[in-house]
Amino acid sequence: MSAVPVTDETAADFARSAPVIEVKNLWTVFGEQVVHRDLSIAIEAGEVVSLVGGSGSGKTTLMRQMLGLEHPRQGSVAVFGIPLAGTPKHLVKKIRRRWGVLFQEGALYSALPVFDNIALPLRELRAFDEDFIHDMVMLKLDMVDIERRHAWKMPSDLSGGMIKRIALARALVLEPELVFLDEPTAGLDPDRSESFVSLIQSLQRSLNFTVVMVTHDLDTLVSLSSRIAVLAEQRILAYGTLHEVTAVDHPFVRNFFHGERGKRAMAAPAAQALIG
Amino acid sequence: MTKSNSEAPVRHPDIEIRQGEAGARVWISGAWDIRALESRARALRRRLADVTREVGGAGWDLSEVQRLDHVGALLLWQAWGKRRPGMLGLRPEHAVFFSNLDRDKERVGAPRDFDWLGLVRALGANMLLVVDHAVDMVRLLGQMLLDSLSLLTHPARGPWREISAGINRAGAQAVGITAAVGALIGITLSYLSSEQLRTFGADAFIVNILGIGVVRELGPMICAVLVAGRSGSAITAQLGVMRVTEELDALAVMGIPYTVRLILPKVVALAVVVPLLILWTSSIALLGGALSAKIQLGMAISQFVSSLPSAVPIVNLWLGVGKGVVFGILIALVSCHFGMRIEPNTESLGIGTTRSVVTSITVVILADAVFAVIFADVGISLT
Repeated sequence: MSAVPVTDETAADFARSAPVIEVKNLWTVFGEQVVHRDLSIAIEAGEVVSLVGGSGSGKTTLMRQMLGLEHPRQGSVAVFGIPLAGTPKHLVKKIRRRWGVLFQEGALYSALPVFDNIALPLRELRAFDEDFIHDMVMLKLDMVDIERRHAWKMPSDLSGGMIKRIALARALVLEPELVFLDEPTAGLDPDRSESFVSLIQSLQRSLNFTVVMVTHDLDTLVSLSSRIAVLAEQRILAYGTLHEVTAVDHPFVRNFFHGERGKRAMAAPAAQALIG
Repeated sequence: MTKSNSEAPVRHPDIEIRQGEAGARVWISGAWDIRALESRARALRRRLADVTREVGGAGWDLSEVQRLDHVGALLLWQAWGKRRPGMLGLRPEHAVFFSNLDRDKERVGAPRDFDWLGLVRALGANMLLVVDHAVDMVRLLGQMLLDSLSLLTHPARGPWREISAGINRAGAQAVGITAAVGALIGITLSYLSSEQLRTFGADAFIVNILGIGVVRELGPMICAVLVAGRSGSAITAQLGVMRVTEELDALAVMGIPYTVRLILPKVVALAVVVPLLILWTSSIALLGGALSAKIQLGMAISQFVSSLPSAVPIVNLWLGVGKGVVFGILIALVSCHFGMRIEPNTESLGIGTTRSVVTSITVVILADAVFAVIFADVGISLT
């Protein structure tokens, strides 16, 4: 593979051999504060990986590193086998089109109606006409169970649950192979949160994209993730299935998984199936 | 996305018509995902349109498609006239991309019908909007005064800290910019006037022109415009964001009227600060004018200063300061009013702030005209 020059066409094929995301010996430092100390993790295609850790443990920062929104002090972050630092801009742009990001508050463009929010990435490609874009946006709205009559509403007129769904539709509009979810269920009531989780789950199963998510919510974590990465002490403390991770003896793990909330979530059928 | 045939090299999207015993069949092959299609979408659409015209009711076979996603599926779907063709060969893993397309389609277009009476309607709506704004502003002022009544009996509960902070922000921090603008205006005005006066040999009148002009009109106006641009916009943006982030509601549920805590301090602060800034700006402008007069006309600065009291009756100074109080109150009220109308989106914040500044300046100029009419024969000696 190394002999093949990286072109637009071959770039698409890297995902098969290399891990989708490979973080090697990453150091993140803000001023005096070391957030990540020599952190490494590799995420394979098709996985649903949850990043968990106490507040301030650097999970969101790690996700921002993977997105190229923060820059490593040392070490490297490669997505689809292509390092984010030191790669020509137009290739990094190709990567950016192959992932979708769901921000915690949705980050819909407040000045644009729902339709234009979802259409924006498609229009940026300048490859499709308005008729196609219209059908595509409607298709994505159908996929996230948003009624079409909401298409011309402004984000400020929508409820939190709808904003999340529409933001998910926007994240999925370029058919990403990799989807980042930042606290996907934060701010949703239990009922909505459950239906949003099952929506993500069914989309992930049918479209088979890789998911990296940051979450605090044990129910979300248990029902969605195939692997869990625990961040503590500025590194990846444990990376594995729920069963493997819960076996680790560490104060954070004990607190998080074996506390009152943890026990309840683990008793759920989904968790039982995972632990086996 | 869907990885099939992962060993075979991925081929470009292709369309082929093969004639078989059961008639023509359209074979679709290669990668039909967004990565492969984004550069070829237009060409493929044309080709698909040609194919459907050529062999209308032909069967379609997608089993040689290596990759498929919604983009590819939608391209084909549109070519099929948005329904499944009679005969369709499809890999099971690709079926998911067509499952969502089968739903009943109603087209939801943007509501964009042309309104012939639009202009008339817009004019009327704007008139009503102006009235609405005026009523709203009077209501805001009234509410603020009513809420402030309690301060008469409990002066210790007054928002003194906020007032002091407002004075610092709108006044102390504006000293530099007002001085710079004032000095430039004074110098320019003096330079231009002295050129004219010299031709008539009326050099001494430079003091009258500058004195009356700056103390009575220019000083207050420059100050008001600067304060509207600097502090007015800040007030609007601040209140707007506070409204959007529900901070105003948070104050209300704590039993703290936002009129007293947020609006009153700004009104008081600007009412105090603008007259002071006017005094400051006018002095600097006169100083600049005197300097320019010295250079242009050779008039000593001491002569300029000593003839100022006789050329400019003191009532002009009081008039300028009085205007400052009114301007300050108007700017604060207009800015707060627009801040309260900001809606929770970025565009509204931009538009609201712009409107606030433009309206503040307009209102100040209107008020200035009213002052000019009322005090037409005060302070201008015609002897």
